[in-house]
Amino acid sequence: MDAIGVVFQFGPFAVTSTVVTTWGVMLTLGVFSWFATRRLAVDPGPLQAALEGAVSAIEEAIRGFLPQHVELVLPFVATLWIYVLVANLTGLIPGLHSPTGDLSVTAGLAILVFFSVHWFGLRGEGFVNYLRHYLSPTPIMAPFHIISEISRTVALAVRLFGNIMSLEMAALLVLVVAGPLVPVPLLMLHIVEALVQAYIFGMLALVYISGGIQSQQIVRGKKGAGRE
Amino acid sequence: MNDMTWFTTLSTLGAVLGIAIGVTCPALAMGKAISQALDALARQPEAEKSIMRALFIGLAMIESLAIYVLVIVLIILFRNPLLAYLVK
Repeated sequence: MDAIGVVFQFGPFAVTSTVVTTWGVMLTLGVFSWFATRRLAVDPGPLQAALEGAVSAIEEAIRGFLPQHVELVLPFVATLWIYVLVANLTGLIPGLHSPTGDLSVTAGLAILVFFSVHWFGLRGEGFVNYLRHYLSPTPIMAPFHIISEISRTVALAVRLFGNIMSLEMAALLVLVVAGPLVPVPLLMLHIVEALVQAYIFGMLALVYISGGIQSQQIVRGKKGAGRE
Repeated sequence: MNDMTWFTTLSTLGAVLGIAIGVTCPALAMGKAISQALDALARQPEAEKSIMRALFIGLAMIESLAIYVLVIVLIILFRNPLLAYLVK
């Protein structure tokens, strides 16, 4: 668990390698997307077909949870998915560490998810209706709702961080114990784990957001049924 | 044995026991979840999508328990805050 290297000093702020790698990932993704979408055709080439496949797969996954709000949450969840995936895989490039192996990055992503749950929930239903679901089924449950919001945010951050950090560390330990080229099978496991963790992070974010949007709808549905 | 030897021995022992127990229990839970999911899949192959989704989310929840253990063990091994009382 060596400390994260400081690349350069910017006034009182030390810019770590995590931040620089994240900038690199952002730049790569942005430039790649810009060039990939310059010449869109009705009859797509291989690159465009692959990108369309990825986007429609994400759209399909969101439609499974939130059939009415696909356009609303697609940009956020797809960004999370793609960023976490690329950031996880960055660790395979020699000399680079995964930005997601740093607790600050995963905590930042988890806090984004935490706020977006409330943001999408408020936008869907309005202030009073959204806050009311904290008092359901009884006001006694309100503290437990709040504890679960905080603990699941912490769990989201620690899960991604722990997985990626432990994989890198395991590969490093095997390298120290057994010598070069032995950790290659572990790095193959890293590819699988990077995919699975990115999928799970985005999926859990989607589940939490859809919970925030749908919770009041369930409450309202019950009330509507009671009135009839 | 002096204090430092005791400290290293016991914290290593605690870390190894902690990770052993803390990985075994989530492994049992995961095995149970997967076997139940396969059972459900064999009964209702058409519900594969929702079963797999629930299974993945459940496995992620269980796995995070093992990750908590790993993080605590790494803190004990590398950044033990109680070491400050011993080394003045």
